[in-house]
Amino acid sequence: MKETGQDPHAWYDGEAGPVVRPYAMTRGRTETDGQHRMDLIALVVPEPAAEDSGLDRSLSPEHLDIVERCVEAPQSIAELASGLDLPVGVIRVLVGDLVEDELVHVSRPVPPAELPDVNILREVINGLRAL
Amino acid sequence: MAFGRSSSSGRAGHTGPSGGSDAPAPRRPGAAAIPTGGEVRRIHPVTLKILVAGGFGVGKTTMVGAVSEIRPLRTEEMLTEAGRPVDDVHGVERKTTTTVAMDFGRITLRGDLVLYLFGTPGQDRFWFLWDELAQGALGAVVLADTRRLADSFAAVDYFERRRIPFTVAVNHFDGADRYPAETVRDALDLDPGVPLVMCDARDRESVKEVLVTVVEHAMTLAAGPREHAPT
Ligand SMILES: Nc1nc2c(ncn2[C@@H]2O[C@H](COP(=O)(O)OP(=O)(O)O)[C@@H](O)[C@H]2O)c(=O)[nH]1
Ligand SMILES: [Mg+2]
Repeated sequence: MKETGQDPHAWYDGEAGPVVRPYAMTRGRTETDGQHRMDLIALVVPEPAAEDSGLDRSLSPEHLDIVERCVEAPQSIAELASGLDLPVGVIRVLVGDLVEDELVHVSRPVPPAELPDVNILREVINGLRAL
Repeated sequence: MAFGRSSSSGRAGHTGPSGGSDAPAPRRPGAAAIPTGGEVRRIHPVTLKILVAGGFGVGKTTMVGAVSEIRPLRTEEMLTEAGRPVDDVHGVERKTTTTVAMDFGRITLRGDLVLYLFGTPGQDRFWFLWDELAQGALGAVVLADTRRLADSFAAVDYFERRRIPFTVAVNHFDGADRYPAETVRDALDLDPGVPLVMCDARDRESVKEVLVTVVEHAMTLAAGPREHAPT
């Protein structure tokens, strides 16, 4: 993170967070370097290889954190961002690396264009009522 | 409808952050293991999302917290370079960004069905974030406060234009006057098909009902062609 002074031309304000340089973690890569953006609620699911203990190699501690959490239970991109306290954009890049390494896969990476099936909607209603 | 504009009448109903939500013990969305002839194939949960929109202080965070099984989480989305001055002094595109927080919650409906709620950032300059949030959303809640109805206009407009099923939930604050639903509908210029309900964003049962209304509305839209106003 980097503190910035008061810039009179700043286009952001209090609701925006601090200005950060989180890309150090991704070695400068941004998510736009990839193809499409992973949906916030896409689930990151471990591959069998993720359960191996000898996972060091080129993985950063953040990569390992992601793998560890997903092995416990598949996690959405949003949950990973929140849990690891990293911006969503960084998580997307790191998850992309892990997909490339075949340590995880992402279930339904892009949001569907249509509303879910009526049966699923009915299940959602029943589920909500039963809460 | 003077009451829709941000008048200074009525007192501020802000009573400090509502910390408590009697959310049940978290259940992780696990992967159900289905044995298939020696192989174990994993079925992963279907994830869905509903957005909670509305002006600042209308109760979005409160609503998410009232039903989420996890403490409302904040996730930061980076504001990337779009529309920003690029630092060309050094001939290097700077990756400096700022972030905006959005809160979200999770409701595990079944082991294989997980609903996420996302509170949309309240300010107009974060519309581009809404676009991403709205993609694939099952529906949306537009929270409204009758003391500041105009704060909800933008959200109503947004979902109307994108044909995202939404429900207006009037969050009743202490000290706010109650208006008949029809008056609020008129002030918001809602289409006849759009549900409008009264709610208390702090109350779990009330929020559940709001969410059920959103999904039922989505179902109605999914089931048939667009309805015509009854004759
Ligand atoms: N009296 C009352 N207060 C509420 C209600 N919903 C939210 N609040 C309070 O209003 C304030 C703003 O709510 P918050 O959820 O932070 O609004 P947000 O900006 O839309 O996320 C908080 O102090 C809440 O405790 C409600 O239904 N009734
Ligand atoms: Mg809030």
